[in-house]
Amino acid sequence: MNRDEIQQLAKLARLSISDNNADDVASSITEVLAFVGQLVNAKTDNIAPMAHPLDALQVLRADDITEVNVREAMQAIAPATENGLYLVPKVID
Amino acid sequence: MQWETVIGLEIHVQLATQTKIFSGTSTAFGAEPNTQASAIDLAMPGTLPVPNRQAFKYAAMFGLAINAEIGRRSVFERKNYFYPDLPKGYQTTQLAEPIVGAGVIDVELDDGSIKQVRIHHAHLEEDAGKSLHEDFHGMSGIDLNRAGTPLIEIVTEPDIRTAEEAVAFAKQLHSLVVALGICDGEMSQGSLRFDVNISVRPMGQEKLGTRTETKNLNSFKFMEEAIELEVARQISVIESGGSIRQETRLYNGDTKKARAMRSKEDSNDYRYFPCPDLLPVELSDEFLAEVKASMPELPAAKFARYVNDLGLSDYDASILSADAATATYFEAATAACGQAKLAANWVMGDLAALLNRTETHIKNSPVSAQDLGGLITRINDGTINSKMAKTVFEAMAAGEGNADTVIEAKGLKQVSDSGALEKIIDDILANNSQQVDNYRAAAEDKRPKMLGFFVGQCMKASKGQANPQQLNELLLKKLGE
Amino acid sequence: MHNHTLAQLVKQLQNKTVSSVELTQHFLDRIKQYDGELNSFITVTAEQALAQAKAADVLLAKGNAPALCGLPIAHKDNFCTQGVRTSCASKMLDNFIAPYNATIVENYLAQGVVSLGKTNMDEFAMGSSSETSYYGAVKNPWVTNCVPGGSSGGSAAAVAARLVPAATASDTGGSIRQPAALCGISGLKPTYGRVSRYGMIAYASSLDQAGLIARSAEDIALLLGTLASHDPKDSTSINRPVDDYTSLLNQPLKGLRVGIPEEYFSEGLNAAIEKCVREAIAVLEQLGATTKAIRLPNTGLSVPAYYVIAPAEASANLSRFDGVRYGHRCDNPQDLEDLYCRSRSEGFGDEVKRRILVGAYALSAGYYDAYFGKAQKARRLIQQDFVAAFNDVDVIVGPTTPSPAFEAGSKIADPVAMYLEDIYTIATNLAGLPGMSIPCGFVDGKPVGLQIIGNYFSEAQMLGVAHQYQSATDFHTLAPASFS
Repeated sequence: MNRDEIQQLAKLARLSISDNNADDVASSITEVLAFVGQLVNAKTDNIAPMAHPLDALQVLRADDITEVNVREAMQAIAPATENGLYLVPKVID
Repeated sequence: MQWETVIGLEIHVQLATQTKIFSGTSTAFGAEPNTQASAIDLAMPGTLPVPNRQAFKYAAMFGLAINAEIGRRSVFERKNYFYPDLPKGYQTTQLAEPIVGAGVIDVELDDGSIKQVRIHHAHLEEDAGKSLHEDFHGMSGIDLNRAGTPLIEIVTEPDIRTAEEAVAFAKQLHSLVVALGICDGEMSQGSLRFDVNISVRPMGQEKLGTRTETKNLNSFKFMEEAIELEVARQISVIESGGSIRQETRLYNGDTKKARAMRSKEDSNDYRYFPCPDLLPVELSDEFLAEVKASMPELPAAKFARYVNDLGLSDYDASILSADAATATYFEAATAACGQAKLAANWVMGDLAALLNRTETHIKNSPVSAQDLGGLITRINDGTINSKMAKTVFEAMAAGEGNADTVIEAKGLKQVSDSGALEKIIDDILANNSQQVDNYRAAAEDKRPKMLGFFVGQCMKASKGQANPQQLNELLLKKLGE
Repeated sequence: MHNHTLAQLVKQLQNKTVSSVELTQHFLDRIKQYDGELNSFITVTAEQALAQAKAADVLLAKGNAPALCGLPIAHKDNFCTQGVRTSCASKMLDNFIAPYNATIVENYLAQGVVSLGKTNMDEFAMGSSSETSYYGAVKNPWVTNCVPGGSSGGSAAAVAARLVPAATASDTGGSIRQPAALCGISGLKPTYGRVSRYGMIAYASSLDQAGLIARSAEDIALLLGTLASHDPKDSTSINRPVDDYTSLLNQPLKGLRVGIPEEYFSEGLNAAIEKCVREAIAVLEQLGATTKAIRLPNTGLSVPAYYVIAPAEASANLSRFDGVRYGHRCDNPQDLEDLYCRSRSEGFGDEVKRRILVGAYALSAGYYDAYFGKAQKARRLIQQDFVAAFNDVDVIVGPTTPSPAFEAGSKIADPVAMYLEDIYTIATNLAGLPGMSIPCGFVDGKPVGLQIIGNYFSEAQMLGVAHQYQSATDFHTLAPASFS
């Protein structure tokens, strides 16, 4: 991973990496990727990917209202609100 | 050069569930900001999703309605991107294993021909919240009431060739989901939103041109305008030597202008992967049987029944069957009076005019279907004539009661008593002896027109309450004497 | 009081020879006295704990209090506790007062259990040393210049130092068992799906499981029945009856088939640790168990597979920390991108950022199949190894860690070396199996852990095996000298 690639990846994850840090981060990510890259040797022909540890199926919920208005409690811990809205720097479509 | 337009649609349909797709929070429209945003909807740390059974039922109903294969096993995935209206930083959606597979919708065009539009698939997903762009000291406000509302996203094949076809398809889809009862169809509230993929290519060329996507069109009119504008833009760009950039565009219905979206400039890498908080959903035979049993009659079946069983014209049947609320009203009125044709005439005539004039939805009609049926019964049994019926209808619309109450209160009962009618006729004939003589002297073919004078005079004298058929018969008899 | 077993404390509370307030105050005093050195707590909720204890005493006085009523425990700081800061040891959540309780927190509250506070951990449970906490590193009470293990190092150190009789913890790749081993106490990670994850701040959803750290298997058995539940709010929690975990504690080991996996005794294993573990296996044999060498041939894939799957899931799970609705928000964001990037970069520590980046990479276009897809297939191979092994044996036994507690700071700059700390514990998370660690000796004054891996939902049996071992040995009764 070079500096540009790491910056591209950081952008995707909305993390900022300072220029004087980029090389260190790139080399540590490269090291981790090299380590997990051992997986390439695993013989996985005809093996189905496993997303969950248990072979269980989803249970569906009844369409009943169970939640109440909790705006006050939720916005008590919000960084910036006004008129019941969460505030963010201007959203540009 | 001759250009061919190629259009594919992606339609977001909000499902008419009581609660959100992954939480028990109400989805009612119009609540105060963030009062319908629970810890789960806000993506509070540690919260987890539990899917709503009704959303699966509705999605399966749509699949059955378009004869698509229902994905007996479906899997939710995470689509990762950052946006303030997306609290988790990913949208929970379906990709590789959607609930509805390929299907077809037959669209009737204005010229009566049928256009088949293939559905690629439809999947379940959650809606995002809303960014409000009013100025809060240079900030935007985020309302997450809508976040987590269940959607089906319906994706068509690029089978559509003109704006008219696109609009006809959109209207047909709208009436279908409303008839199914899976969506309230309120386009102004965003219940149905259309994304339009458009490209152009020289007529006869097989290879598709570069497409653009115009997002979030929420009226048929805007959709038509946006397509025409974009097609014209693409042709003009290509004809002046440019090339089309693949981009996402927004159409502004007020200014009639479109532009590329800035927030979508970077091609996103969504990093889809199966959502580990949710397990695969498998729909059982019992579940599908339950869905099938709950399927309402669809517009096409309704149309056939109206024509074959109720004896309506194709035209009347198509209008009445297209909209579920209208069909429900028509059928209730017919049930109340037993007169399908008369009910059809009233629903499409005076009732439609009234609703149009007062900008009222048929669901909120001031005259109930039962009351309209009552009015039709009184026309049919001769209590009132059709002219008086209009007066009664207006009074009913004004809230003066049902047909019988209005007829009684206004004394509008038709005069069918032949003695009373004869007296009126005798008076009129006596006071207009010259006209009587003229009539009797006139040639046979002139007489019907001259008869109208006497009918009018008699009707006037009866204050419009004379039974017209009886009046005619008696007049002819007396003038013939 | 702090050296009594849970069973003893429960008995004393129920027959009112000690009050919950006395007990709670005793442990609060110990925390005050010792935790400055250990740093095992992030938040101590003394006032709230005493109020809960008072309420518990009222119930106990009435004589119909639930079995665990009045018992003080602590919660790892990744479980949401309503009205109390729930930080996940991250600057990101330093200001986060949870607006609701995790299901497991609710379960204990309903039993009248008192919470003393929130224990320290690796940030977002990502680590094996409890050094990445925003609130400073946790120390190992046995050797304070060494790490207590992680990520549940706070819970482990607090229990080992007798600052609390037991604590909740979570285990994604060994985060209960490895610190339990390094701190000389007992820890259980239940079967995936046995315990609700609702309200546990997610690291890697398909691997995370809440569990317990206490001094003995018997203590864990007393608490597990309340921790375990089917929770309709967690789609991945399994709807099956909760066993009586104390029922098999006294079951003799005669006829028990114990599997010894060859791969867990390979060259990376510290020889002194191997000796302790072999001695423990001999004890099990003396108690009537038969042992059998088994193979888990895909063990080598487990750490690499884990370090693709866990970061991938984490990269999405941690996207919600965006400075919009709660948590850290940077000052004066210039625009939306600035809000996201600065809030997240300031709020997350280096290891968290590293895993987010690795995870994003493993899922990105062009790399998904080679990394994430491949890791998911390797995961199935690892699971199949266990399924095959459990055809022949009842439990699998081996070391919990390859080496004893290491010096603070010695591995923090070498992520891969740190990752290999969990080489024996990670496979059980990938397979979703239950795993335990119990103390089985010392190397240079540092505790050694014996790992017991059971079949799915066999927690009662595992606790029975552990309890039989602990009935024959006394490692679990030993306390670090300066904290006894």
